[in-house]
Amino acid sequence: MIELKQLTKKYGTKKKSTTALSEIDLQVGKGEIFGVIGHSGAGKSTLIRCINLLERPTSGEVWVNGVNLTALGKGDLQKHRRKIGMIFQHFNLLSSATVYDNIAFPLTLTNTPKADIKKKVSDLLALVGLEDHKNKYPAQLSGGQKQRVGIARALASDPDVLLCDEATSALDPQTTDSILRLLLDINKKFNLTIMLITHEMHVIQSVCDRVAVIHAGGIVEEGPVTEVFLKPKHQVTREFINRETTGADALKLALSTTNSESSKQVKITFLGAQTYDSLLSQIVRETGVNFAILQGTISTIKDMPYGQLLVSFEGEASNINRTITLLKERNLDVEVMN
Amino acid sequence: MWGLDFSMVDWEEMSQAAIDTLKMLGASALLTFIIGLPLGVLLFITARSNSALLRFIYRILSFIVNILRSVPFVILIVALIPITRAIFGVSIGVEGTIPPLVIGAAPFFARLVETALREVDRGVIEAATSMGASTFQIIRKVLLPESMPGLIAGMTITVVTLVSYTAMAGMVGGGGLGDLAIRYGYQRYEKEVMIVAVILMIVLVQLLQMIGDRLVAHFTRK
Repeated sequence: MIELKQLTKKYGTKKKSTTALSEIDLQVGKGEIFGVIGHSGAGKSTLIRCINLLERPTSGEVWVNGVNLTALGKGDLQKHRRKIGMIFQHFNLLSSATVYDNIAFPLTLTNTPKADIKKKVSDLLALVGLEDHKNKYPAQLSGGQKQRVGIARALASDPDVLLCDEATSALDPQTTDSILRLLLDINKKFNLTIMLITHEMHVIQSVCDRVAVIHAGGIVEEGPVTEVFLKPKHQVTREFINRETTGADALKLALSTTNSESSKQVKITFLGAQTYDSLLSQIVRETGVNFAILQGTISTIKDMPYGQLLVSFEGEASNINRTITLLKERNLDVEVMN
Repeated sequence: MWGLDFSMVDWEEMSQAAIDTLKMLGASALLTFIIGLPLGVLLFITARSNSALLRFIYRILSFIVNILRSVPFVILIVALIPITRAIFGVSIGVEGTIPPLVIGAAPFFARLVETALREVDRGVIEAATSMGASTFQIIRKVLLPESMPGLIAGMTITVVTLVSYTAMAGMVGGGGLGDLAIRYGYQRYEKEVMIVAVILMIVLVQLLQMIGDRLVAHFTRK
């Protein structure tokens, strides 16, 4: 649905320019929720704004739904932009227009008949749960309600793609969750492709199918969220994940105090249904090994349950090895730390 | 009272002057808005354009506007006498004052429009762009409605400025309250006529400002 080819964006003059994005290649499939995570200044905002050409890339191509947007003239670009919805960190609603008129705005651009607008807007008001607020002005709404108006407005022209530019960054945690749930609903209901950028790992964890980590204008890691989240390869990715889970210092302490000849520190990753099985206790009972849990998380990535336990096995070396083999036989991912 | 004798005020002349002032004000304000609003929009759009040509046009427009705004109004009236005569056939009377009033006020109002448009949240303009709005649609559906309170405040300031301009225009035979005040009060020391004319102008300005403020409050949604 979205394809970026060798996308490069430079700011400034030819003599003195800074590179915001360098040679980005990216593909987002139909119906997928794709997340881009990065620190501020990493280039993620520029990246998403290049997709509907709010920023024109210096070189490279942007393809959306089989059309090369970078090759279009002004008029055609305007037409194709109507099929790309966008929501913003600061909502960007018309302060002089009511909730109803804000949602109707994209439809008035194409001279849609009044009756059609009315029907579409009332459907959207119901979808985002704002039927009672249709005659209010944005200044009378809370942040979460404003973003709901933003989402309804973005959906009014039946877009192929929804771009979310830090859509939850200005909201409190509860509101963030309700907005993310709404995005998930919309994704399922309309099979809408969503691309979002964020600096919060839990946003990626709760809604995204795939994720790309952007750092200094380049993508350093990309893949399914389960893979990137559970087995991060790049330093920047690890930092994002560690901030969400327990701190790195606690881990260091746990590892140093339990490090001995007769023990082995092991990271076990459970994924899917096996997360809730009693595999570990069954196996240690069989091998007679004792274990201490040093660190652990059991949660979900989108709808997928996962668990990650850092344990220290104590006992005879042969028994510990057999435990590890048995764990691997049950398709658990086991990584020996020391 | 204070040695003033209002019985010598010619009320017929006074009401004729008031009507002349309102005529000058109404016609020149209307034309000023009709010319100044598009000019202000043009200044705003060209100033932030990506096209080098449009930015060049901005510099030229901006230069012309600055020149017209720096010429003292009294000099503008005199300088424009030939043009006024070409348009209306006369360079005096109520019609004669309208070209200098409009040419003096329109660049001023255009700058106020430009400033009001700059106050519009860039993010909202960007959102409209992302929805596929054309430049014209952005002007009509985003810039003008969003800057409505600022535009009305600008109109109020312009009309009030025009009230004092009409007084100066009176000097070249335009008539009106200002002219009356100057002729009787300044040139003939008949304070009474001057005081009445000035009071009427004060009342007029107060009324205009009050209407403007009410409208601004009505259109403010923030």
